[in-house]
Amino acid sequence: MSAAITTPPAAPTVSRLERLRQQLLSRADSLPTAAALVIFVLMLAYGEIAYGRIFQLSTVSNLFINNAHLIILAVGLTFVIISGGIDLSVGAIIALSSVCGVILANAGWNAGLVILVMILIGSTIGLVSGVLIQYFDVQPFIATLAMMFLGRGLASMLSTVPVRLDEASGILLLGTKIKLIDGPKVNDLVITPGVLIALLVVAAAFIILHRTRTGRTVYAIGGSEHSASLMGLAVVRTKLFIYVASGTLAGIAAVVYTARLGSAQNITGIGWELDAIAAAVIGGTLLTGGFGYVLGAVVGALVLGLMNVLITRDGSIPPEATTIITGGILLIFVLLQRAVISRQRE
Amino acid sequence: MSTDATSRTSMLRTLLHRPYFWGLIAIALLLAVNSLKDPSYLAIGYNANTGSLVGNVIDILRAAAPIAMISVGMCLVIATAGIDLSVGSLMAVAGAVSMELLASAGGSAGAALAALGLALLLGAVLGAVNAVLISVVGLQPFISTLVMMLAGRGLAKVITGGQNTAASNETFRWIANGYVLGLPVVFLLAVLIVIAVGLLVRRSALGLMIEAIGMDPRAARLAGVNRRGLLFAVYIASGALAAVAGIFASASVMTVDVSNTGYQLEMDAILAVVIGGTSLAGGKFNITGAAIGALLIATLDKTVVFLGISSSATPAFKAIVIIALCLLQSQRVRDLFRARRAKTAPVTSDAPKEAVAA
Repeated sequence: MSAAITTPPAAPTVSRLERLRQQLLSRADSLPTAAALVIFVLMLAYGEIAYGRIFQLSTVSNLFINNAHLIILAVGLTFVIISGGIDLSVGAIIALSSVCGVILANAGWNAGLVILVMILIGSTIGLVSGVLIQYFDVQPFIATLAMMFLGRGLASMLSTVPVRLDEASGILLLGTKIKLIDGPKVNDLVITPGVLIALLVVAAAFIILHRTRTGRTVYAIGGSEHSASLMGLAVVRTKLFIYVASGTLAGIAAVVYTARLGSAQNITGIGWELDAIAAAVIGGTLLTGGFGYVLGAVVGALVLGLMNVLITRDGSIPPEATTIITGGILLIFVLLQRAVISRQRE
Repeated sequence: MSTDATSRTSMLRTLLHRPYFWGLIAIALLLAVNSLKDPSYLAIGYNANTGSLVGNVIDILRAAAPIAMISVGMCLVIATAGIDLSVGSLMAVAGAVSMELLASAGGSAGAALAALGLALLLGAVLGAVNAVLISVVGLQPFISTLVMMLAGRGLAKVITGGQNTAASNETFRWIANGYVLGLPVVFLLAVLIVIAVGLLVRRSALGLMIEAIGMDPRAARLAGVNRRGLLFAVYIASGALAAVAGIFASASVMTVDVSNTGYQLEMDAILAVVIGGTSLAGGKFNITGAAIGALLIATLDKTVVFLGISSSATPAFKAIVIIALCLLQSQRVRDLFRARRAKTAPVTSDAPKEAVAA
């Protein structure tokens, strides 16, 4: 009798394994994001063991403070990439917007007004990209490339030397450090309004992308734009929204960055569009579109930031090899995505 | 005489329908603007000491040579519906490896040849890595070459140890600064390479097959086109041409600036290709157009500096050129023009003929 009872569960064990496999496969989409999270934790652990002082409030605070702008950019890029497009203009938007902002602030403009102008510069450039892409069938790559050139060129016309913000400017308030937990020595949990803005942006983007109709449409466009428009989704409006949002977020990132640094230059933000794309991709957003997470982009940005911290701490890695490492990490994640996709096709 | 006139007008008409026609007009406009500022801008003098022609136009031709090299490579890549963002970084790698070799090997002609060979080989190998990622692994061209762009710039820095290596070698210097028949050697080499590549792809079936995989990879495969082999050929060609451009760029000053040599030149190359009438969607290409696009970019660069505008503001002017070209090429604007023409046509139906005859 006991044998009769013990034998039947043997079959369910197999099927349970099978079910687990099925579940894993159906969840394979989120594998890259999970991998990014695992790598982030591994990097933290490695840093703690090899160099020490990583699991510290001050290190974590600095990680967020120094990468707030990258998080904001990566969130914007996530929207664009999920829809199957690309935005190369964000780095140049930061240059134009921050140089403009500093010059206006130093000319005596009200800080709030300056911030509004800085953000609107981003929105305007995003809108132009969106119109070129949507109404004139220009490829996203080339339209945002044009905007990148335009932003960089205009910023260079305004100034080719670093411009410093007046000490008294209200914009700097956004970069002030607020102590939340007063730890021993310098080990404090510090936060800046800039970080809060970044977190707000993440929360808002999360709600829009994962909880609203607009968000679903973004995914649908990335899956197949043609099908999305046949289904009667608001493709035109959503695509414009995506590029305007990306530009606006770049404007916000410019505000946060300028507030932290207190100065701006025409060469600020060179290559940041690539960092932001890398962050989104590391976070599990598929470059072909149709798949991705907002929170993944945050993890991706933090992985890149932590990598810089570790390289600085290590000291033996030549700084010129940094870009090789970034490229390598990017390649690993893209290969991972590729493997997951081909797995699903089977 | 009448046949002569008609053949001339028909030639004009075909020229007008060439995709790079607007590029030529833009070059002429820029030169005209420069001549307005300085009437002797177009003047070409002769320097008896070096046996060379000197003048602003010669400078433009010299500056256009490296851009033309990467544009031709980019043109082939884009025809396969791909993109190669790594050309600028590969220029730096080629410059770095040749300068390092010359700095240690000395000034003999053999060393110059070795540097040339090594740079070309490295360019081709890195191009082949791109091709493996794209055709074997199946990654998108954009991301594969983006990785190569990041890694290549790092590789160049590692090769020189982060320094800007300088070297002296007369033979190597001659490539960029020498003259044959009064014209700069770089320009003549560039023209030769453009013609060679153009003949190779247009006189054989190669060009058609490249266009075929750019148009529809599936249909091309069903027709028996070897996609993988062609992609390898195209990306290796692009890498090797980028190495040539890197040699041109570093030989002219006999220094490699690892963070600035070829910096963002991939964007210039893409722009040159678009100006030349090659669609970024792939499936067709125009080598002559890409070369003219490169010439336009060099003219634009020189004009901005000549007019006394900061050279870092050049991108804004390039942006205006890109936007104008994209608008001219877009269906919506074309329809607008066509609609207007259709509206005016019945009233002045003879006008076009008269215009042509005149």
